[in-house]
Amino acid sequence: MDILIPFIAILPFLGFAFTALVGRRLGKQAHWIPVLAVFGAWVIAMLASYLVLSGQAPLAEGSEDLHAYVVPIYEWIPAGAFTIEVGFFVDPLTACLLIVVTTIGLLVHIYSIGYMGHDPGYWRFFAYLNLFMFSMLLLVLADNWLVVFVAWELVGLCSYLLIGFWFKRPSAALASKKAFLVNRVGDVGFALGIMAIFASTLALGRPTLNIRLSIELLTTEGAVLLVPLTIIALLVFAGAMGKSAQFPLHVWLPDAMEGPTPVSALIHAATMVNAGVYLVARANQLFAHSLEAMSIVAGIGIFTAILAASIAFTQTDIKRVLAYSTLSQLGYMFAALGVGAFTAAIFHLMAHGFFKGLLFLGSGSVIHAVHDEQDMRNMGGLRQKIRITYVTMLIGSIAIAGIPPLAGFFSKDEILAEAFKLGFQWIWLIGLVVAIMTAFYMFRLVGLTFWGDFRGPNELWDKIHESPRIMTIPLILLAIPSIFLGLLLGLPFGDSRIHHWLAPVFDEGVHTIEELRHVEPPPFVFFGLDGFLIVVSVAAALAGIIAAWRLFGAELPGIRISPRPERVRQLSARLPFLYRASLNKWWFDDLNHLLFIVIGGRVAAFLWWFDRVVVDGTVNGIGALTVGAGRELRQVQTGRVQNYALGIAFGLIVMAGSYLILAGR
Amino acid sequence: MSNSLDAYLILSALLFSIGTFGFLARRNAISMLMSIELMLNAVNLAIVAFAAFGAFGATQEGVSRGSVIALMVISVAAAEATVGLAIIIAIYRNRRTPLVDEYDAMRQ
Repeated sequence: MDILIPFIAILPFLGFAFTALVGRRLGKQAHWIPVLAVFGAWVIAMLASYLVLSGQAPLAEGSEDLHAYVVPIYEWIPAGAFTIEVGFFVDPLTACLLIVVTTIGLLVHIYSIGYMGHDPGYWRFFAYLNLFMFSMLLLVLADNWLVVFVAWELVGLCSYLLIGFWFKRPSAALASKKAFLVNRVGDVGFALGIMAIFASTLALGRPTLNIRLSIELLTTEGAVLLVPLTIIALLVFAGAMGKSAQFPLHVWLPDAMEGPTPVSALIHAATMVNAGVYLVARANQLFAHSLEAMSIVAGIGIFTAILAASIAFTQTDIKRVLAYSTLSQLGYMFAALGVGAFTAAIFHLMAHGFFKGLLFLGSGSVIHAVHDEQDMRNMGGLRQKIRITYVTMLIGSIAIAGIPPLAGFFSKDEILAEAFKLGFQWIWLIGLVVAIMTAFYMFRLVGLTFWGDFRGPNELWDKIHESPRIMTIPLILLAIPSIFLGLLLGLPFGDSRIHHWLAPVFDEGVHTIEELRHVEPPPFVFFGLDGFLIVVSVAAALAGIIAAWRLFGAELPGIRISPRPERVRQLSARLPFLYRASLNKWWFDDLNHLLFIVIGGRVAAFLWWFDRVVVDGTVNGIGALTVGAGRELRQVQTGRVQNYALGIAFGLIVMAGSYLILAGR
Repeated sequence: MSNSLDAYLILSALLFSIGTFGFLARRNAISMLMSIELMLNAVNLAIVAFAAFGAFGATQEGVSRGSVIALMVISVAAAEATVGLAIIIAIYRNRRTPLVDEYDAMRQ
């Protein structure tokens, strides 16, 4: 197994290298190598995950219950006592991520064969996708901060390349730049965090960048740290905020929808944006020792959740609704991490990866069917034309809304219940409101897209057709975990399988938090508090769904409600401020425009002026002075012997004269 | 007056000034060389006069010392004149003129 694990990352890289070099000549056959490479990675990853999660992997050094593969690869930077050793580390947390990344990655690759079939950049697309798979797998496998950072930047690069895949569109080019720049802001924090970790371990006398070792060193009782733990944790969290698009760095993700839909599904919903959640979960002990950092994580998470959910209400672009929904769900995950429910966060990460991947691929299928129309106002009634897409997207919507027994119910309920029981009732309350909102906007999406009457041009209606099988099969395959993942991992309540899996990774962190907070969560009681919390969260989801039905209609077996657009208009007219705020995304883009383009531009213009006039002026002035002095003084050098001789004579007279005057005194 | 050191020194200073003026004012290189000879001989006159009035010692030997220095200066002046003339001839061949204000190749 140790030999095979590196191939999880190497295979996609080989696929990338091959496709990038000769892909152009392969034309429409370019997908074979990348898909096979990812399939190979999937097989190995599944095998490794199975062995790790079932406890057949060897025990990790210095631990009694953590089964993990530690695979050293090579010494990257040997520098005396300090070396950076590149190695792969597969523990249960990585295994969970591997399952999500490789499975969704594989299905998205297959889906792309159909979706990108007519694109002239076919081979380029698959090359980028494979590069992304390599980077993402490197990110979750690496056991070293520096390698994680390299992978972190690599996924950022892939995100940039794929958002701007249709670079001839100005909007796509702009969106890719925006994503790249906003991510850099977070990455600066992450880089500083890594430096702080290194400096602190150096000050402790054992310089290391190994993730497990460094965290262990920094959280040792009584260790005197160069940089306070809270600062380190917050710097690392800044990186997570950028990649996982948390407020205030959330502005790039909705614009990232300019990329092809499979990219949105893979990178901007199911995998890359989860990197931040993974990072915080990986460094859970670091955060656990700083309650301040935890509170900030929770606060930013839940704020992003409700902010994004409120924006999703009024968006008309089908992909943008899903993008804001992704933001909102990521906010949920951070809220869970912040309250200390690490397992619930990873559970939601996995469940969300599957059903959001499904929803995005479904939206791609819808867009494909209606010939590149993304505005839901020009859709409607598609249920009759694209059955498979409709059914799978409906499953995804029910899953994200949190209706039992689908995946989203288990994970979301666990987050809410844990928040409540760990003493964060306010997060529970906001989370509940977000749950209502989530159910509402998802069924608004379904209602506008699939139910009611078609609102686009009539001649288009006849041309609408279901996507080819190569696209519908991934949808069906993703619908399966969207239904069953929760049952599989979330049962039995209070002692679920995923808790068993992740306990060795998170137990220590959870204990630390409980000690620091002096709280002990009550044990699980189904006919008690927990049952009550479940009923409340299901009721919230149902309330949201029914509200959406009453406004946007429903056409389910046994339920028929016709949409009432006039009521929607009335409601939005009654709350003009909220409506405009939601429509304009709470003016964050305008705020950024004002801050960084208008005011920042002024400052930059002033600095430019200062540089030009004062700094360049000084430097150029010295040069000009020398040149001018040389030009003027060169008149003295006449080249005539007698002028020089006159100078000598004068000099002689002056010297002799002054001698005589001085001596005569 | 005729038997005092001052008279010799004034004559010597006059000769030196004439030489200096000639060196600075004449354009012809040969004349400038001749002016230099004049200046050197003014100096010689001053040395010999000093020696005769006992500046190097009031004995016959002191007078001889001054004469030796004067002879030395004359021989050096002869050598200098030779070299100077050779240079002037070389420049003359090149520039076809003895006038120093036209030797301006170093101006640019």
